[in-house]
Amino acid sequence: MSGSWILSSLLVLPVIGAVCILALPSGDTEASKRNARWIALFATLITFVLSLVAWSQFDAALPGFQLIEDHAWFTSGIRYKIGVDGISMPFVLLTTLLMPISIAASWNIENRVKEYMIAFLALETLMIGVFVALDLVLFYLFFEGGLIPMFLIIGIWGHANRVYAAFKFFLYTFAGSVLMLLAIMAMYWTAGTTDITVLLHTAFDPKMQTWLWLAFFASFAVKMPMWPVHTWLPDAHVEAPTAGSVILAAILLKMGGYGFIRFSLPMFPDASLYFTPLVYALSVIAIIYTSLVALAQENMKKLIAYSSVAHMGFVTMGIFAANTQGVQGAMYLMISHGLVSGALFLCVGVVYDRMHSLEIASYGGLVQRMPLYAVAFMLFTMANVGLPGTSGFVGEFLTLIGAFRSNTWVAFFATTGVILSACYALYLYRRVVFGVIEKANLKTIVDLSPREIAILLPLGLLVLYYGVHPQPIIDASAASIDNLLRGFAQAVTATKTAGL
Amino acid sequence: MLFHLIVFLPLLGFLVAGIFGRWIGDQASEFVTTGLLGLCFVLAWIGFVMVAGGFDGHYPVANWFTSGKLDVAWALRIDTLTAVMLVVVTTVSFLVHMYSFGYMEEDPSKQRFFAYLSLFTFAMLMLVTADNLVQMFFGWEGVGLASYLLIGFWYQKPSANAAAIKAFVVNRVGDFGFALGIFLVFVLTGSVSFDQVFAAAPGVAGKTVHFIGFDWDAWTIACLLLFMGAMGKSAQFLLHTWLPDAMEGPTPVSALIHAATMVTAGVFMVARLSPLFEHSPVALSAVLVIGATTAFFAATIGLVQNDIKRVIAYSTCSQLGYMFTGLGVGGYSLGIFHLFTHAFFKALLFLSAGSVIVAMHHEQDMRRMGGLWKEIPFTFWAMMFGTLAITGVGIPFTHIGFAGFISKDPIIEAAYASERWGSTYAFWCVNLAAGLTSFYSWRLVFMTFFGERGQFSSWLPAPVHDDHGHDDHAHDDHGHGHGDGKAHESPISMLVPLGVLSLGAILAGMVFRHDFIGESFGEFWRKSLFIGQENDILEQMEHVPALVSLSPTLLMIFGFLVAYYFYMVDRKASERLAATVPALYRFLLNKWYFDELYDFLFVRPAFAIGRALWKGGDGAIIDGIGPNGVAARVLDVSKSAVRLQTGYVYQYAFAMMLGAAAFATWYLFGGAR
Repeated sequence: MSGSWILSSLLVLPVIGAVCILALPSGDTEASKRNARWIALFATLITFVLSLVAWSQFDAALPGFQLIEDHAWFTSGIRYKIGVDGISMPFVLLTTLLMPISIAASWNIENRVKEYMIAFLALETLMIGVFVALDLVLFYLFFEGGLIPMFLIIGIWGHANRVYAAFKFFLYTFAGSVLMLLAIMAMYWTAGTTDITVLLHTAFDPKMQTWLWLAFFASFAVKMPMWPVHTWLPDAHVEAPTAGSVILAAILLKMGGYGFIRFSLPMFPDASLYFTPLVYALSVIAIIYTSLVALAQENMKKLIAYSSVAHMGFVTMGIFAANTQGVQGAMYLMISHGLVSGALFLCVGVVYDRMHSLEIASYGGLVQRMPLYAVAFMLFTMANVGLPGTSGFVGEFLTLIGAFRSNTWVAFFATTGVILSACYALYLYRRVVFGVIEKANLKTIVDLSPREIAILLPLGLLVLYYGVHPQPIIDASAASIDNLLRGFAQAVTATKTAGL
Repeated sequence: MLFHLIVFLPLLGFLVAGIFGRWIGDQASEFVTTGLLGLCFVLAWIGFVMVAGGFDGHYPVANWFTSGKLDVAWALRIDTLTAVMLVVVTTVSFLVHMYSFGYMEEDPSKQRFFAYLSLFTFAMLMLVTADNLVQMFFGWEGVGLASYLLIGFWYQKPSANAAAIKAFVVNRVGDFGFALGIFLVFVLTGSVSFDQVFAAAPGVAGKTVHFIGFDWDAWTIACLLLFMGAMGKSAQFLLHTWLPDAMEGPTPVSALIHAATMVTAGVFMVARLSPLFEHSPVALSAVLVIGATTAFFAATIGLVQNDIKRVIAYSTCSQLGYMFTGLGVGGYSLGIFHLFTHAFFKALLFLSAGSVIVAMHHEQDMRRMGGLWKEIPFTFWAMMFGTLAITGVGIPFTHIGFAGFISKDPIIEAAYASERWGSTYAFWCVNLAAGLTSFYSWRLVFMTFFGERGQFSSWLPAPVHDDHGHDDHAHDDHGHGHGDGKAHESPISMLVPLGVLSLGAILAGMVFRHDFIGESFGEFWRKSLFIGQENDILEQMEHVPALVSLSPTLLMIFGFLVAYYFYMVDRKASERLAATVPALYRFLLNKWYFDELYDFLFVRPAFAIGRALWKGGDGAIIDGIGPNGVAARVLDVSKSAVRLQTGYVYQYAFAMMLGAAAFATWYLFGGAR
């Protein structure tokens, strides 16, 4: 219990980095820009190494929370309590892995570099906080707090229409979170605590569960995002700078799925069961609807954003299938999608840095000048399409099996997603990479720089490694998910018997 | 270890050529990949002899993933069926690698080409050695990827890119069924590994299962879904449209992937899953009817095509139909035997066509050819052996003949002998198709090798193209002139594979008949094919009426005579015939209008719906009601973007703090209570 400091250090390290940057002499001199970049990179790298230490101390065979730190904080009831289990640990690692990559991808930012790096470091702390918080109020603060730096990143370092996008992002997420706050209050009122470890074993009255479920759903569905509250995402992606898109797609979206697994399923099992048809319907619509919309896109980032919504449809479907394959698949798909969508946005960033256009029509024939880029983009496209042998396959396959066991109609419609994803992804690839370079300004475009290779290579290797050997990730969460599903099944049967 | 090497050496070749190709150079990449494949080829035949002598093996390689009861392993399953496929794949792949030395001589991306070829071979070997359905799916999609990359190898050509996407997507339509089939098998048996699934199969037989709102016979629906995958991969009727377009790829690719190996994966799959299909007469009838329909339908289109590769592509489609017909009547070994012989003679036909194309300076339109036999005699004879094999030349009532005769005619007899629903229809389809096959095959020979150059050039469309330009886009044209000038025989690296394959086309049937479908059938296949107790189709087909046995040969001769008359005696006759039934001619020339139909039914609607949902659904409805309405008000208040960095964040933070404060207050009251 006590004596562990590792998770807190994960939270504090980025802040220390931010403070160091703050201490740099003011002004946008070259020296201070350079220092800000290197400080941010080191801070995130050290955080990543520390998270690996945490990972080594973590025992995946145990279902409960580990590495717990518990301190009185806000009066006696609301505590600074953090810890990880098999469900949160992979997300922490995903976050700490992608942060240095994002910083390295932002090397070309020239405008307000210090503020930019500080925003990212603050974002890292808040994101890790979401996954390690074991107190609802703490969770809420991290969950909502993360919006502020993201809002700034889009609003300040974004592209032409950034104000509109930032507001859309803000309005949606804020609307959802107000309801969640109310629900948190109600939960405290009922259970007398905001300690998540206690709440996980609190049986809420089924009627109350319904309301609580809906309130949390409002917040998580926006974050996922689920159809029809997804329209903020394409705009946010298009306007965000590259690294902003990477973090948004790879990690912020996962908070919704994490929330469903952490809260909705175990805390409100009856309501989860009750609303499963709703989630299924929205998931299937998301998969088919957004895949078709992706087909019609003319902007690279929008296309990938819509593809993200479709993939998140598989995630919500898998979670609410509420069986081993479904939930494990959803977990896996979220991690894999974090790597793949992050990498795809990085790929878009590579050509955006050169051409300053996100329009698909501005490109074509890139393979002639950029063979390495073509290989990287092909790998991540195939992972996005869910080709076996890449990490994208395992999650999709498991969620579909999970759904199939629960409802064949849902699996039937969701499986059409494998056809549609091939359509939009290959169509994008063809228009951007294949063909002949015809535009004059593309004739001098250069292939990946060593920095870009260093960014994309680890992601590519992980995508392949976890494609042929996914078991480490699955095993990390297996015990926790088994435990969760056992509790879920017991709660649901208990209610059924009581109802009879 | 032997079998590990066979499977993983091509992967090594791919990695060496793919990653280090730019440093070690083209020639080293070619030699490394081809050398490794040569080794595989030798090892595979050693393995084949071992397996034919009674060896079966099972080699776990690693765990892939385990989730609850679902346990998926990487493992190699070695039995007769696998060994046959290993021999087919490595032999053709090795010869095609070798052939590509010459064929791709002038291509600037040789190392990429050889890397893809080896990647394909690896995926195909994973497919045929798969020990469970998911690993099979890995190989299945892996060969799909390689096929996509190789069809689109000349990425400068829009038509090649379109064909590549089409191949991948149409295959994915099949994979949609395959995936659902895997899910259903897992739900039915609790496993995806073949041993366990097959062991559980009899217990599940006859049960009903609820799937998308209906109650089905368990194995019927599972097999139908799995067969959908086979239809996609093997280009069967309705999912065949990608195969002719796949001819955009370089010719060695067409020979390896789109004739001898990948497209036969569907046949292999049904044979591998014979313990499941054997429990469902309905599913087998579906295989039979689809296969027979394809055999006939593709042959009709082949009659009128003018692109040399497309004729052979439709012929492949048609021959795959024969294989499925064999499977459908329950003669799994008939299907696999035809797969085996077909690999030799069809690869031979394609590689000969490639040799013709090179000789003609990358011209593929047969109307510009003619009289080539004197200029390229070796290629001519190779093509002749291929044609004699595919048309099924042999001595009726004996087991003497070219490969196609030995393996195809039994399928026709079995279709006649079978009492399965649809078998009469199937018999007529495949029997008539034998005549059509003979016609289009000899038409190809006569148009390209006989007469004189350009004898049919009057048939070429006027220089201004009509709206339907597929055939005219299909040249392997990268910077060469068109087909004038003298043709030259191909280099030795291309002629050796033709020679080896010619031997296969002549002998493969006679040498292997005894084991595959003859007397030692049982000890050869052992447990790799499952034959139900009441299934005695191999016995029955021996007792069909003499006329039935004779009929394919008669139709073959008839097809030859008609082709001879049309293209050697009266060269205007076919034109007149086309003019008498113009509608039928156009129907066949335009491939039964399937492309147009699918474009109208699926492609256009998908884009239109996508656009409508985007602009209408997301834009007008969701955003219109939701954020834009609200955001518009907010933006009215402050048009200034600068404010964003100051005011609103604070307001937001303030609101959040307010909430937290409200909660804290209320908590304190609650705590006091």
